[in-house]
Amino acid sequence: MPEHNFLVVEDSPTMRQLISFALKRIPGSKIVEANDGIDALKKLSTQKFDIILTDINMPIMDGLKLVSMVRNDPAHKSIPIIIITTEGAEEDRKRGLALGANAYVPKPIQTADLLNIVNQILGGKR
Amino acid sequence: MEKETGISKKVEEFLQVFRKGEEFTQELLKENEKLRYKVAQLEEVAKFSGREEHFKFHTLEERVKFLEDENKTLLDRYHQVEEENKDFANRYIEVEAENNNLANLYVASYQLHSTLDFNESLKIILEIVMNLIGAEEFSIMLVDEKTNELSIVAQEGMGPEARSSIKVGDGVIGQSVKGGEAYYRDGDPTNLKDVDYTHPLVCIPLKIKEHVIGVIVIYKLLVQKSEFSNVDYELFSMLAGHAATALFSAKLYSQSERKLTTIQSFLDLLKEK
Repeated sequence: MPEHNFLVVEDSPTMRQLISFALKRIPGSKIVEANDGIDALKKLSTQKFDIILTDINMPIMDGLKLVSMVRNDPAHKSIPIIIITTEGAEEDRKRGLALGANAYVPKPIQTADLLNIVNQILGGKR
Repeated sequence: MEKETGISKKVEEFLQVFRKGEEFTQELLKENEKLRYKVAQLEEVAKFSGREEHFKFHTLEERVKFLEDENKTLLDRYHQVEEENKDFANRYIEVEAENNNLANLYVASYQLHSTLDFNESLKIILEIVMNLIGAEEFSIMLVDEKTNELSIVAQEGMGPEARSSIKVGDGVIGQSVKGGEAYYRDGDPTNLKDVDYTHPLVCIPLKIKEHVIGVIVIYKLLVQKSEFSNVDYELFSMLAGHAATALFSAKLYSQSERKLTTIQSFLDLLKEK
């Protein structure tokens, strides 16, 4: 069974648990959680991930800054990124995608939709 | 030398005989396989021979009728199986949705009871209302038993024009708390030109059995949230009970902690004397 490593970046423990709960339904999934962008960068430096799922509004370092830093880092720039946020306006979505995110999922999340996106990205990587 | 050549010749002869024997065995095996296949074919034909016998004794018209009936039966069965498939697919979607709803409810209630810190409990309720329900402007109000007034203890996105306290029984919010009944405003919840803090979208009284300790009031939904779904109503009713007990027990716990510290200080003072 192939192993899939996910990095969930969220300051809300409720959302972290809910997203992890959804991802656990993918066979072979391994989930690492981070509280903010800085925490995520630390974890990225020690582990390999197949997908990063990040919120936007977080303390210390927000999700958009994280996306931009990951895309400018040669070691991690190819990791697919999914933004999961309450910012659902079209201009927010465009901004996130322009920075290099692969998908933009507005909250409240629909588990089936999120899993479809994750599976599509994993399928494309195979 | 001659003796050795003779032995190797005999070995060679023996090997040739052996190889021939092997080839012959392989041929026999192939022949056996062919025969087994023929037997299987004949058995299959024999199954339908009864049907052929039946045809022999009937006219061509009867034969057509028989085949038409058989075709109809097969078509009916096909449609039946197709319907069953559709039914299974729909049930699968329903079960999936139910699973997801249960996951939302489980996570929300797990988080609500994960702390005895009052402020943390408030933060978790705000997170649930914003992230799981999709509210943009909302508040949590608690009843002051002495003044019989509702005061905002936590809020998200609300403007300064919102009233920080309301008498129990006053307006939509006060009435919802007084009656202990949830309030849902009629019409499209996204149809909002301006947020009206006197006419909220939703009021969820926080109840411990029949005793109302506060209310969650939602004024505006996130731009991407177009309507309330079934799980939202489940979350509302879960919050009505679980958020109330979580806040009440956190409050009691912090009070008892304070009392314990005071008593401990008294005891320390007495010991010193």
